[in-house]
Amino acid sequence: MKKRIYLDYAATIPIKKEAAEKMLPYFSGSFGNPSSIHSFGREARAAIDEARREVSKFLKCKPTEILFTSGGTEADNLAIRGVVSAVSRVGLKPHIVTTAIEHDAVIKTVRDLEKRGLIEASYIKPQPSGAVLAEDVISAIKDNTILVSVMYVNNETGVIQPIREIGKKILEIKKLRMGRKQTGKAKELAKFYSELYFHTDAAQAAGYLDCYADKLMADLISLSAHKIGGPKGAGCLYVRAGTKLQPTQTGGGQEFRMRAGTENVVSIVGFGEAVRADERRKTCLAGRQAKDESVKKLKEKLIEGTMKKIADVQVNGDQKISAPHIVNFSFGCVEGESILLNLDLAGIAVSTGSACSSGSLEPSHTLLAMGLSVPQTHGSVRFSLGRETTKEEIDYTVKVLAKVVKRLRDMSVVKACSHKTERVKNNE
Amino acid sequence: MHPKNMGEIKNADGIGKAGNPVCGDLMLMTIKVAYRKSHIANRKTEEGYIKDIKFKTLGCGAAIATASIATTLIKGKSLADAKKITNDEIAKALGGLPKVKMHCSMLAMEVVKKAIDDYEKKKK
Repeated sequence: MKKRIYLDYAATIPIKKEAAEKMLPYFSGSFGNPSSIHSFGREARAAIDEARREVSKFLKCKPTEILFTSGGTEADNLAIRGVVSAVSRVGLKPHIVTTAIEHDAVIKTVRDLEKRGLIEASYIKPQPSGAVLAEDVISAIKDNTILVSVMYVNNETGVIQPIREIGKKILEIKKLRMGRKQTGKAKELAKFYSELYFHTDAAQAAGYLDCYADKLMADLISLSAHKIGGPKGAGCLYVRAGTKLQPTQTGGGQEFRMRAGTENVVSIVGFGEAVRADERRKTCLAGRQAKDESVKKLKEKLIEGTMKKIADVQVNGDQKISAPHIVNFSFGCVEGESILLNLDLAGIAVSTGSACSSGSLEPSHTLLAMGLSVPQTHGSVRFSLGRETTKEEIDYTVKVLAKVVKRLRDMSVVKACSHKTERVKNNE
Repeated sequence: MHPKNMGEIKNADGIGKAGNPVCGDLMLMTIKVAYRKSHIANRKTEEGYIKDIKFKTLGCGAAIATASIATTLIKGKSLADAKKITNDEIAKALGGLPKVKMHCSMLAMEVVKKAIDDYEKKKK
């Protein structure tokens, strides 16, 4: 079988060896339900507790502040819907500030609440760099804002958002609100919410950037297990003590009555071990930095090779503020899905923001929000590297990519290849 | 991926070009028309037929495939028959298309018809 090259690490990564090994005993050995009081249950409960401790060390928080979920999407839903349900009061519609580049799990959830008339929302646009400005986010906060949700690393471009800056400003606003709450008269109090929470979806950041709760100054942090070497189907929401939250999944009272459902022991154990394996690398900071550097260097090699060998390409997103492993290109005069298919035939796996590849036929909302034209999103391809990626794989990929793009351009309708290519008009 | 009839006919007799507003794909087909004897109800008449056809596509895999297969379906057909081609036939020739890609077959059908219309307009 021909060797395959995986360059879609942002979509998912292989389960780390340590995590897979740690999961095995829980398939049929220690298979109990953690809520059972007998020894089978206690074994499973102990495993969950251990995983919870590992994740709390990863985020530098208390174990009781971790709620295990079925993944990043559920964590995002819980954060947003949970805060709105807990904080909303009749007579004052709450407001959420988020960005136009969030993952669908955040944007669609906020839009859903907006459509139902439960909230107002603001969607902050990014700069062409791919990052939102902290001041744009902060200036959108109103008296009735109860939640600000900004992702840490954008999944399509890899651009890092100014989370600490935003977190710091939100803390200041919170203090002011507490002051107003104490001194305000009833009429005044009716016009604002004293609660203001900061949520960040750190699914793409974990593994490359520190996600410590106090460093980010966030009240809610979403993590996805399969993005950091754990199994799919697990994740968590960090909830700072004192945050008002109502469960979205009700039932048997698991996860401190905040997320019902028999715990996915096997996957939670895998998640815990995946973060421990990552944390372990961090204990040698120099070692971890070296590994991150090597991924970054390979990405730079990919960019250099691509820009050199192929005309009319642009990088989407400022590489100076991007995570080491993700790069998003737009290729003029060709379409992303066809590039993806041709690379796939050569054994190379990547992803695209082209409308053609999305089930909804909508082009990437992130790229559009950054100011790209529809044709530019049409020709977009995302490469995301991993710690296993090699120099040889990058060299081979650049060679194949150049051939594929040339072939597709020969086949293409649009002749003038420039970033500002006008859509060819239909003949009448 | 080895699509048939990829390219552009120079000095084509008919040109069809269209874009799909749904997803942004673009298709171009160029045809060469010739005449041959046709036998319809014992009357010996001349009919125009698609002597050669080439396609170009800026689009996803389905867009490339539908354009290509459309050219193989209509090559050699009389103009009258070629105009009758439906997107369902195009999709069927590919072994079916997922619902979300059916619009590509519509585009291919549209471009074929436009190329033939263009020829007929020029002829007048």
